[in-house]
Amino acid sequence: MPKRSDLKKILVVGSGSIVIGQGCEFDYSGTQGIKALREEGYEVCLINSNPATIMTDPELADRTYIEPLTPEYLEKVIAAERPQAILPTLGGQTALNLTVSAAEKGILKKYGVEVIGARLETIRKAEDRQLFKQAMQKIGIDLPRSVVVTDESDLKSVSRDLGFPIIVRASFTLGGTGGGIAYHYDELRTRVHAAFEMSPVKKVLLEESVLGWKEYELEVMRDCKDNFVVVCTIENLDPMGVHTGDSITVAPAQTLSDRQYQEMREDAKRIISEVGVETGGCNIQFAVHPQTGRRICVEINPRVSRSSALASKATGFPIAKLAAKLAVGYSLDELTNDITKATLACFEPSIDYVVVKAPRFATEKFGEFTLDTAMKSVGEAMAIGRTFKEALQKSLRGLESGKKGLSGAEPMDPETRLQRVATPTSSRLYHVKSALDEGLSVERIHEVSKIDPWFLNQLKDISDCERTLPTMPLDAEHLLAAKRMGFSDAQIASAKGVKEDKIRARRWALKVRPSYKLVDTCAGEFPSTTPYFYSTYEATGDLIPSKSGKKVVILGSGPNRIGQGIEFDYCCVQASKALRAHGWQSVMVNCNPETVSTDYDSSDRLYFEPLTLEDTLEIIAVEKPVGVIVQFGGQTPLNLAVQLEKAGVPILGTLPAAIDMAEDRRLFGAALKKLKILSPESGIAGSADQALKIARRIGYPVMVRPSYVLGGRMMEVVYDDASLVDYVGRALKAATHPSLLVDRFLADATEVDVDAVCDGKDVWVSGIMEHIEEAGIHSGDSACTLPPHSLSPAVLKTIRENTRKLALHLKVRGLMNVQYAVKDGAVYILEANPRASRTVPFVSKATGLPVARIATWVMMGKPLKKLLPAGVLYGEFEPPYTATKEAVMPFIKFPGVDPKLGPEMKSTGEVMGLDSDFPRSFAKSQEAAGMLLPTSGSVFVSVRDEDKPQIVPMARSLRQLGFTLVATRSTADFLTRHGLETTRVAKVGEGKPDVVDLMRQRTLSLVINTPSGKRSRADGYAIRRTALELNIPCITNLHSAGAAVHAIAVLQGASMGVKSLQAHYETLPYKVGLKA
Amino acid sequence: MNDKAWLALEDGTIFTGRACGAAGEAGGEFVFNTAMTGYQEILTDASYTGQCVVMTYPLIGNYGITAADNESSRPRLSGFVVREMCKTPSNHESVESVGAYLKKHGIVGIEEVDTRALTLLLRKKGALRGIISTLDGDKKRLIAKAKALPSMAGQNLAKAVTCEKPYSWDEGFIKADRQLHVIVMDFGVKYGILRCLAAMGCKVTVVPASTPADQILALRPDGVLLSNGPGDPEPVTDAIEAIKQLLTERTPLFGICLGHQLLGLALGGKTYKLKFGHHGSNHPVKDLETGKIEITSQNHGFCVDLKTLPSSVKTTHVNLNDGTSEGMAHAELPAFSVQYHPEASAGPHDSRYLFERFRSLMLTGQEARSR
Repeated sequence: MPKRSDLKKILVVGSGSIVIGQGCEFDYSGTQGIKALREEGYEVCLINSNPATIMTDPELADRTYIEPLTPEYLEKVIAAERPQAILPTLGGQTALNLTVSAAEKGILKKYGVEVIGARLETIRKAEDRQLFKQAMQKIGIDLPRSVVVTDESDLKSVSRDLGFPIIVRASFTLGGTGGGIAYHYDELRTRVHAAFEMSPVKKVLLEESVLGWKEYELEVMRDCKDNFVVVCTIENLDPMGVHTGDSITVAPAQTLSDRQYQEMREDAKRIISEVGVETGGCNIQFAVHPQTGRRICVEINPRVSRSSALASKATGFPIAKLAAKLAVGYSLDELTNDITKATLACFEPSIDYVVVKAPRFATEKFGEFTLDTAMKSVGEAMAIGRTFKEALQKSLRGLESGKKGLSGAEPMDPETRLQRVATPTSSRLYHVKSALDEGLSVERIHEVSKIDPWFLNQLKDISDCERTLPTMPLDAEHLLAAKRMGFSDAQIASAKGVKEDKIRARRWALKVRPSYKLVDTCAGEFPSTTPYFYSTYEATGDLIPSKSGKKVVILGSGPNRIGQGIEFDYCCVQASKALRAHGWQSVMVNCNPETVSTDYDSSDRLYFEPLTLEDTLEIIAVEKPVGVIVQFGGQTPLNLAVQLEKAGVPILGTLPAAIDMAEDRRLFGAALKKLKILSPESGIAGSADQALKIARRIGYPVMVRPSYVLGGRMMEVVYDDASLVDYVGRALKAATHPSLLVDRFLADATEVDVDAVCDGKDVWVSGIMEHIEEAGIHSGDSACTLPPHSLSPAVLKTIRENTRKLALHLKVRGLMNVQYAVKDGAVYILEANPRASRTVPFVSKATGLPVARIATWVMMGKPLKKLLPAGVLYGEFEPPYTATKEAVMPFIKFPGVDPKLGPEMKSTGEVMGLDSDFPRSFAKSQEAAGMLLPTSGSVFVSVRDEDKPQIVPMARSLRQLGFTLVATRSTADFLTRHGLETTRVAKVGEGKPDVVDLMRQRTLSLVINTPSGKRSRADGYAIRRTALELNIPCITNLHSAGAAVHAIAVLQGASMGVKSLQAHYETLPYKVGLKA
Repeated sequence: MNDKAWLALEDGTIFTGRACGAAGEAGGEFVFNTAMTGYQEILTDASYTGQCVVMTYPLIGNYGITAADNESSRPRLSGFVVREMCKTPSNHESVESVGAYLKKHGIVGIEEVDTRALTLLLRKKGALRGIISTLDGDKKRLIAKAKALPSMAGQNLAKAVTCEKPYSWDEGFIKADRQLHVIVMDFGVKYGILRCLAAMGCKVTVVPASTPADQILALRPDGVLLSNGPGDPEPVTDAIEAIKQLLTERTPLFGICLGHQLLGLALGGKTYKLKFGHHGSNHPVKDLETGKIEITSQNHGFCVDLKTLPSSVKTTHVNLNDGTSEGMAHAELPAFSVQYHPEASAGPHDSRYLFERFRSLMLTGQEARSR
């Protein structure tokens, strides 16, 4: 069927902030989808609150609404745009839920908007456990026995029927939030209770356990003509019980016979047809009993997903793009296969390699958790190899978690080891490896871990080979054999006790080099011209000659992690666009399958490879680029810069020496002195003694951190000697560079983030952002606003001047980010980083100027003067509107973690609020972040003594806005003394009802709780954690509280409007989207 | 390493690897197969007689050999080429490893070969004759041996693989309302076809390839299935004659793969050899009657030239990858056939409806006769 001509305008729904369970895969799918729809001539509008995405680039959709993803805002966008259709299947669970809720509120009907991509009944059938169960029973698909409960009574008899362990799942949640495994009755009660809190529809499913069964996923597509294809099969190394996002997964499935697989495929065909997915992609999960082969369907997702992004990267089959085309009426046989360009999209990819995805955990931030059905990982690395062993080792070194491949865990006694092997955690694989090294049998490991023996035998092959490395002769034959098992030079070097570059030199001398093979969707059956490569150690590679034009290699940012996420991928993609716009060829290197950068469409040539020195040097040797861009991919490529330069690779933009100057406190301090730029007193310590000496000199509190880290890793505010000594002990153990920075902590200062671009002559201050939270809270976790809302012109002038002086002095070519703290009118510099920052996409969206692209052109030698009008370059234009960024935190996923902000970054993503003034844009940003500021009710106030004077005017405003005040004794007394009527409530442990009880009774609608510096935090913790779990807005610092009070005042007034980015840009005094 | 093996092709290409099957030397026409599962079905498929199969998926043997997935009584291909052979298979149905199975049946195998490079070579040059040896590493000698191998064209391989005498098949039989008797002309039939027929409630009798039409008709068949098989259809002259007679008797006919080609020849058409054939289980085929696409299992080096057939023969199925015709039906006679494998094994089960189509054809014939 040709495309539908009755549709003219389509609204695409994005997935909002990056959160655990919903990463940048939906930027990838949304971007593909929007491009595909526009290619077909449709007018596309987009709603997404996440500014750090490529999809919200103003040139991508016709109209881009960076607005909160709530039914209210969705209705406003629909009212403004009047689209004929809404496409929710590219925006993850968020978009599906939002669309379903808009439909239920009658919004879609009111405006005559049709849901395309998946019908509403289909979404309901797939998402509602009970409907799904009925549908599956109807067609005879086996399911785990299960019961849906709508209240917490009757759990006893249910548990008798099902038998423990029991799986608890909340309906309509993403990433398995609110789910878990209950091994006994008490646990069941707790889990069910928690699941009710999470489920927006108050339904909880209890299910027969299939723990330990083999887990499979099928990525399938179906069109309106009932054509059905399986794009990819995936088998999980971790058996059932671990969320697939937290599992090591392998494509294609490895241990099913053809008959077993085809039966599963037939099931999938019947399932998708019964559920009614007929214009798009769908993910179907199966569990297979390892001894009987009994196969059950676990769940389905009638939309693109993390796994479909993985499947697309693993096979070269662009699921999201095709899903968008199917949604507007095409059938699969009307679309061509993008990779071969010669065959049709209606086929099943055959691959001649193995793909392994490994999850990246935020262990360094939240510790190690036992894995279950609620996803906990924050990112992933994918690798392609000709064998499982090669692909696995590549994926593990791609994780950048300090492992150079499959290595062991720390030594321990056999009993503990066995326990670590039995328990799924983020480090289990390494314990399995150690257990194999220590001689534990495959059978025993299988018995306790349920990991399929096939995988264990593969791991054993690696372990056996590794044992031979120390005595292995370094000749071509043996080196090649080790490389074919995926061993990195670093692993071989460490086994041999030599340096990595020695192994590399030897290998190069013996001509043991990787070859590059193509991802071609068809296992070589048809010619392919798409240069999408992976490395392997085989005799020959598949050469696809380069197009004309000089080549530039862009090093990506690897797996998402806290502190290094989608923002850097955004920059890399922008760099590629900028290069291609000027006839340079972009060569992308990255190993993160969720990203836009690893779309074969994003660059001229794509290498799906780990970002290690070894892997990048090999690619550079093959591609022979004019240079390498390292400043966009975050710390990952930056850490390689010096070594790449040493190996003779030209680095484009700011040179590694300059990067080093900014990172090295001594050099940086000297530069600041010379430039007469104020900075907090500081010192560098290599030991506890030195740290103490410095701290006593500059006075407590001090801010301490290791050098060379991103995301404020291990950054802390320390108040006394004892805590400092304790800190130094921990930090020096973890640090790669044995030096710590000790700075005077500027309490109560306003922090400012600045992004700038320098070409060596001119400096363009592209964005000045004022943080809402005071200095001391990591900039990645702070809300910030552009333009600044309270800084004086004099302060802004100083900031601009200092930034210019510094950029020129550091000889920056490209981007630089500077952080300042403003206290009592004085501007202190905190740090400068000559690289892309997390705020680049936010600044780009807020100003309409493509900062990363401009920086790329500068690196390629274009002067800023030619790229920007003088008014923008030197002037002090401010947009006539305000953009506020808010961070989104993952605390809910980590039971027991204190949800408070500090100098170490913990957020996973961000949202943006865009409106005419600061209070409005702040209100929007809060709403977009899921912080539903109340317009009436009771506010609980509990602040530390230092904050008490400042809370009074805020409390007064809240009273005036009609709120009642509730506080514990000391705050209540203080407020009452200041004439504010306040209800007293007991602290936790002081009697009943206490503040936590009030929260549970839902009598509190807002909590303002500032944690006391060094004193006992138990009470505060209980308050914050409860608020988090009950989704009561909880503000933990005064600056935010002030902003929230203003925002509440706005929310009580006239309703908020929506406006597209493009319409906002029309009000700017300059032209946006410079193509130069 | 002392278990070295070599692979030599007629164009002079040499690959070095390791033995993963029986020791010895084996030659044949090299073809690749892009199926990611189903190596056991491929090993035992008689259509591969005289061929060495290169598996494009690099990890072979992961789920071992099972008791229920043979397509004939033993491996039929000449040699087996893989990137990595699994020595420790894992599956609840696995009875032995592929390596052990190959050794038991004397099939030569080679692993550690850059199978993608070899596949690209076969794609470029077409199917090549070649040899696998675990005995002789002398390149010149091996290449000479490869060159000396007979070509597939002109060989009647069906004669070599067909059953010696008729037998009946009841594995997988499911009783149906109306019993139909199907005679299967065995040119190297896959058990999968027999299982599909039995599952529809058919009484199945398998007869040797050279069984004359009158002997077949004497068995009072409701329909005759022309099976798959190896090699060139043209030399299979007895069968072509028999099919011609069955056509005049208006016996319902269903041809699969070689059977399709033989039907084409019997109807007066011509066949030709494809450059590298279709060997995989992901080929999209469109049913021109319904417009639906099925993902099919394919394994053929020869093809019917539909242009050479009388106008009463219509194309029913088309391959979407290269536009070649994949199925035909006679407008007046109860005969149809497909070039691919509706029984799949290995491959998706999308095309099993064709057996139902055959059943309807037979039922119509039965009704006509009883009237």
